[in-house]
Amino acid sequence: MAGKPKLYYFNGRGKMESVRWLLAAAGVEFEEEFLETREQYEKLLQGGSLMFQQVPLVEIDGMKMVQTRAILSYIAAKYNLYGKDLKERALIDMYVGGTDDLMGFIMMFPFLSAEDKEKQRAFIAQKATSRYFPAYEKVLKDHGQNFLVGNNFSWADVHLLEAILMVEEKESDVLSGFPQLQAFKARMSSIPTIKKFLEPGSQRKPVPDDKYVETVRRVLQMYYDVKAN
Amino acid sequence: MSGKPRLTYFNGRGRMEPVRWLLAAAGVEFEEVFLETKEQYEKLIKDGVLMFQQVPLVEIDGMKMVQTRAILSYIAGKYNLYGKDLKERALIDMYVEGISDLMQMILMFPFSPPEAKEKNLDSIKERATNRYFPVFEKVLKQHGQDFLVGNKFSWADIQLTEAILAVEEKIPTVLSGFPQLQVI
Repeated sequence: MAGKPKLYYFNGRGKMESVRWLLAAAGVEFEEEFLETREQYEKLLQGGSLMFQQVPLVEIDGMKMVQTRAILSYIAAKYNLYGKDLKERALIDMYVGGTDDLMGFIMMFPFLSAEDKEKQRAFIAQKATSRYFPAYEKVLKDHGQNFLVGNNFSWADVHLLEAILMVEEKESDVLSGFPQLQAFKARMSSIPTIKKFLEPGSQRKPVPDDKYVETVRRVLQMYYDVKAN
Repeated sequence: MSGKPRLTYFNGRGRMEPVRWLLAAAGVEFEEVFLETKEQYEKLIKDGVLMFQQVPLVEIDGMKMVQTRAILSYIAGKYNLYGKDLKERALIDMYVEGISDLMQMILMFPFSPPEAKEKNLDSIKERATNRYFPVFEKVLKQHGQDFLVGNKFSWADIQLTEAILAVEEKIPTVLSGFPQLQVI
């Protein structure tokens, strides 16, 4: 056993991508096991590793952790990316809640019909530019610091960068009205651990495609239709 | 200003109810402002107090907190209902997140169209009895303690109690296979 955290998920972004980002940003090496078949998933279920019968699953520090938010909170705290006190943690939690909601709109995207995809693309851009990005733009403008919380690199910064890049993949000029966020994006992307994660060959996963959707549906036997927002 | 936390939401459960439960269980008095008109909501937005233009909003310790999970985590941390270390917190977070998934189904229930209601009720019952309740039944049986985590009252116990009662309101017999949970 290497002692490295081990991630169990499909070979794609989904709910696990934020975990990959956070571990990478913290400079923590991790291993991955990709679910490709229904049998693998059933083996995990039968082995009792999945508390609520769901992935993501992250084996870390002797625990079999499920529930993405719980996993991320644990990693953030362990690697000092969760602020210096309760109030900073509250701010980080608030900010992460927002970017989580925004990325949630994008997470369902590959599962939508072609027609719904166009609708959802517009929805994502609208929410990003009218609700979420203005909030973070204001935070950065108001305190004029390099990071969102406590003048220190935190989980909130990693999560926001991830969200910005994901929205840009859907709408490339989405940051045009947000100078603070443009500068933030440049600053964060040049942090060595993040820069490395953004380079080809890292464990960052590409934009999900039909093959990913097919794998998820097959492994989870999840064949119902997903509707746009 | 009384210094008590102030909750702004509709006069009903929704996403604010777990916050009410947690504050009450911690013995913390709080005030409530009920949103009754569109004008009230629009004023909140204009005043810039809703970071993402959404409620719940909880004013506490000089902060205007939004995002239910952030609010609950803060309260749990402040009132020592979040375990004694990182690993206990991880367990509490896992349990609470699972319960929250179940509660989400109940939260959405009143908004489902009449023809979908029976199907949704069956889903809630199925998930409660096959996915969520067995987990907590097992946890309690295995360590034989009164509380879910660390032999101490925590946010996880409060959240589970709320969920059990909420499901029982829909399905009165739901705890029939779960002797450990009945004692809660």
